[in-house]
Amino acid sequence: MTDQSSTRMNTAADGVAKLTPEPLARRMRSLSDRAIAWLFISPTIILLLAINIFPLIWTIQLSFTNYAANRPNRPVKDIGLRNYERILNDTDIWLAMQATAHFVIWTIVLQTLIGFTLAYLIDRKFRGHAFWTTLILLPMMLSPAVVGNFWRFLYQPQIGLFNYIISFFTGIPPSSFVMTGSVNLAPWSIVIVDTWMWSPYVMLICLAGLRSIPDYLYEAAEVDRASPWRQFWSITLPLAMPFIMLAVLFRGIENFKMFDMVNLLTGGGPGSTTEVASITLKREAFEKWRTGYSSAFAIILFVTVFGLANIYVKALNRVKQR
Amino acid sequence: MSATNTTAHSVVEPSVRSRRIAGAIVILYAAITMIPLFWIFITGMKSPPDSISYPPKVVFEPTSEGYCNLFTTRTRQTEEYVKALGEPETICDEITRRRNMVIAGPSNYWPRFVNSLIIAFGSTFCAVFLGTLAAYGFSRFRVPLADDLLFFILSTRMMPPIAVAIPIYLMYRELGLSDTRLGMILLYTAVNVSLAVWLLKGFIDEIPREYEEAAMIDGYTRMQAFWKVVLPQATTGIAATAIFCLIFAWNEYAFAVLLTSGTAQTAPPFIPTIIGEGGMDWPAVGAGTTLFLIPIFVFTVLLRKHLLRGITFGAVRK
Repeated sequence: MTDQSSTRMNTAADGVAKLTPEPLARRMRSLSDRAIAWLFISPTIILLLAINIFPLIWTIQLSFTNYAANRPNRPVKDIGLRNYERILNDTDIWLAMQATAHFVIWTIVLQTLIGFTLAYLIDRKFRGHAFWTTLILLPMMLSPAVVGNFWRFLYQPQIGLFNYIISFFTGIPPSSFVMTGSVNLAPWSIVIVDTWMWSPYVMLICLAGLRSIPDYLYEAAEVDRASPWRQFWSITLPLAMPFIMLAVLFRGIENFKMFDMVNLLTGGGPGSTTEVASITLKREAFEKWRTGYSSAFAIILFVTVFGLANIYVKALNRVKQR
Repeated sequence: MSATNTTAHSVVEPSVRSRRIAGAIVILYAAITMIPLFWIFITGMKSPPDSISYPPKVVFEPTSEGYCNLFTTRTRQTEEYVKALGEPETICDEITRRRNMVIAGPSNYWPRFVNSLIIAFGSTFCAVFLGTLAAYGFSRFRVPLADDLLFFILSTRMMPPIAVAIPIYLMYRELGLSDTRLGMILLYTAVNVSLAVWLLKGFIDEIPREYEEAAMIDGYTRMQAFWKVVLPQATTGIAATAIFCLIFAWNEYAFAVLLTSGTAQTAPPFIPTIIGEGGMDWPAVGAGTTLFLIPIFVFTVLLRKHLLRGITFGAVRK
């Protein structure tokens, strides 16, 4: 609606409204649409500025200092880009980035494979598929922290259910491996829990993609006697691709920030084998209290997520346009 | 997510056999994926020795010991002392005494659970209130730089929570908001409002403008039209958005563990700290986890038609 027509409508409406005057109506009469728009939007913007943007600016400012939050009385020195320099030369930080990359890449690969396969199967619309779909979705709605905490129990070497099931099928003694305690297995223990929780997420998005493919394409393919294999590669996969990529984008961002589940399951250990970026950040900021240093790391992480997401969204749009 | 689309054509309809195979695999997956949840539930009803037996017990005698331990703190006493006590008053008294212990008082679980409720509902109310207004503003009016503002609102969600927590920690320390419910409500409102705006904008976009226009011709002001025409139409969307916000605030851990320690602590940072004598008290953890997860089960079932929309910020709607 244009502003002009709305004012005309308002004047026409005024005559009718006068017959039933309301105090609120009278007060609001004078407000233009423009004023209402700002009245409605500004509280949200102000809140976000106060709780998100102001802290972000503060973080940027802190990142150029040697501030330590547990020693507020120590004189704060401006040390320029030294924090950033140190981070880029810090081997621990690079180890954390490697752990993060391992976690993000493997969870995305596994979740996409499992999620897409499930969506493809559910799209066969077997009897009762709606019920089973809802059931499968449950893990992703739960608190990663609380459930991750319980997985510690499932991963116990002798008494844990996970180890028992593995030993039941493979014959390896259940106490011979410690999922969260061994350097080789710990990175996989967090991948397993994350995949368990979030494959349904990818499944749900892929399912929407598969259901958006119009039937006539398959009908035409049948007429052309295209094999099911060919139909899958030429119709199903390309048309579902934007949805798969959207799921990968969301999972990628979420897992890059991963903190709660890993913090409770392994706490970054053993050593620092599962110390993903957020855990390092927590250790630097709230255990070693190197506030300035950790602020610089936070900014680097944020820029990384933001940059990757932007590149990815551009790629996504290109796929969509095809 | 509904299966109403049964008018499909024979050529593209999957064969009976392929459907059965698909069904079997999906059901198998669902069964496997349910095992950890099932285990949480039954661990809550086991006695401590049963919970750590090898091989793991599926058949056992259910007991309320886990729930008793969850809600109480206990002290160990001598056998004579326990015997000298009178008749046990509650079932928990009885169970505790069998282990030569007496109940010393209530545990912190219930206060933490109440904190979770207050903070989750408080922040959801605020986020949905602000989100509805902003979404209506973005949906119906030509706002300068609308796309940039919307992207800005979304981008606040991309920051790692720990990164945001550093300055928030300092800010709250200055303002006296550390470890207060008000501080947590404010923070969760800010995190949730981005989701609320994006979801609700989608829902409000779907309500035809003609309804308000007709109402305004009938003499309603813009505000009245919003209040009496748009809001009732958007009820489902608002409810779905509210449930998503509730779930987020209910599940949140990172901010909670860093910014609360006592009076305002929520359940997620508390549950991992439940320990018994000489190691984890897994039945109590199972019990606490079960109680904590039940609301989410209910919400998930209520939400199932809107799940997709919620988890993609409204990017995928069908």
